[in-house]
Amino acid sequence: MSNPIALIGRAGTYLLLSLAAFVSIFPFFWMVVGASNTSADIIRGKGTPGGALWDNIVKFVNSFDMVRVLFNSFLLAGLGTVLTLLVASMAGYGFEMFRSRFREKVFGGLLLMLSIPFAALMIPLFMLMAQLKIINTYQAVLLPSIASIFIIFYFRQATKAFPSELRDAAKIDGLKEWQIFLYVYMPVMRSTYAAATIIVFMANWNSYLWPLIVLQTNEMKTLTLAVATLAAGYTPDFGVIMVGAIAATLPTLIIFFLLQRRFVEGMLGAVK
Amino acid sequence: MAQSALARSERINGWLFVMPALVLLGIFMVYPILWSLWMSFQVGRGMNFSFGGTANIMRLTQDPVFLRALSNTMLFLAMQVPIMLVLALFFANALNDSKLWGRGFFRTAIFLPCVTSLVAYSVIFKSIFAIDGIANQTLLVLHLIENPINWLSDPFWARVVVITAITWRWTGYNMIFYLAAMQNIDRSIYEAARIDGVPAWARFWFITVPLLKPVILFTSVISTIGTLQLFDEVNLLTQGGPSDATLTLSLYIYNLSFRFMPSFGYAATVSYVIVILVGILSLIQFIVAKDRRA
Repeated sequence: MSNPIALIGRAGTYLLLSLAAFVSIFPFFWMVVGASNTSADIIRGKGTPGGALWDNIVKFVNSFDMVRVLFNSFLLAGLGTVLTLLVASMAGYGFEMFRSRFREKVFGGLLLMLSIPFAALMIPLFMLMAQLKIINTYQAVLLPSIASIFIIFYFRQATKAFPSELRDAAKIDGLKEWQIFLYVYMPVMRSTYAAATIIVFMANWNSYLWPLIVLQTNEMKTLTLAVATLAAGYTPDFGVIMVGAIAATLPTLIIFFLLQRRFVEGMLGAVK
Repeated sequence: MAQSALARSERINGWLFVMPALVLLGIFMVYPILWSLWMSFQVGRGMNFSFGGTANIMRLTQDPVFLRALSNTMLFLAMQVPIMLVLALFFANALNDSKLWGRGFFRTAIFLPCVTSLVAYSVIFKSIFAIDGIANQTLLVLHLIENPINWLSDPFWARVVVITAITWRWTGYNMIFYLAAMQNIDRSIYEAARIDGVPAWARFWFITVPLLKPVILFTSVISTIGTLQLFDEVNLLTQGGPSDATLTLSLYIYNLSFRFMPSFGYAATVSYVIVILVGILSLIQFIVAKDRRA
């Protein structure tokens, strides 16, 4: 411990970690302070709280039909999460509980499809939605995201820990397969569901590219799209944008601080 | 007889549970990717297609904007992924020390950026790197620069800002994977090495890194795939400018399809370049990792 080189190394580590922590937190601070400043002050680098907070909030709320925008965001993220969890957990359960050689091949195919980039799907998907005449609808946003291979894989991995004796016992009690899934599997696996909920909700809430393509009118916009629209003008009003950025970040930030451990578990598990 | 009835019910149930997912993936993934392949051989504007053979591939090789987007994307990849993964590895190693003071705080702080939405952090970075913004103010006060840098209008600095932004957002995410893997390494290996007088850097380099190889491979593959598809940040920070200096392949595909007069066939060809790149790079990374293990 008294070794001077080790001491310097330790000091250097603390210095770098402190710097990293500062750089990581600073934009959050900047966002909060910025929400209280005028746009001119923000791009002039004013780092102290100002008096324009209320003004910015009013302007932000009036820039779009905010009730509708929030409704869109919560509906798409919420419904998308419920559907994804249902479809993906059923598939994970199906692949793990009922093994067959053919289904294993199908599962291998899914894993290969994991590396298909979304950029390669967006044009045909857009044209498909146009043919189905559902451009600018909630379905168009939701349908391509429901069957997430990542989440299917996550549930299959988690299902390996599901005690099969429970299923056998339930069968002896005369439960049908869907009843076992609903009344035995789902309650037992609730922590898996919780972790997946966080990951899927966050991904849906923050989704930008696909909603940008298929949602075209202002009354269909999500919060993410609304903030992006405000930022896209030639003279963006940064004070108003900061209010929007706070609104867009707050739900995931709250989830993170309330369920930190599960959050990290989900993140590690969803892609492991 | 009873046995076969059971086997049949198992088979039917197995399919019933996976069917919703497979149907959706078939319609919204397999069908589009095949359609895209077909489209990449079609020429024409809007919804009018005619078979063009290899015309689109020829066009690729002579399209300066595409070549720009390709080289930009590769540049982001080559610069950003290694910087981020080295930083993540360093932070994870520092935070893995149970005697470190303030461990929980540092971990949470460095992880925090990956809670933000891509849109929110992009606009925040845009304001930080405004010409009179806080980044320039700070650098001027510290006398690191003499004149303010025109961050987002200078081709070089615009790239630096994009790389900085992505690194800010994703370093903590990768760090979490390394931390989790490090916690699975048997402590006694380090104890033995310490008793043998192996210095800290060597313990890191010769014990930690080799044991983490699968995770490092995994994170580099997902980071590669992510960076190859870079869209949100560049679209919001620079819109690909100045003069296409930060244009990425995904942004170019978007422009070709939705910003200009749509040229879906050609855009599909560009998108297949990403598919092929993802495939090749993933393969290379797997081969490299396998080689080192042997």
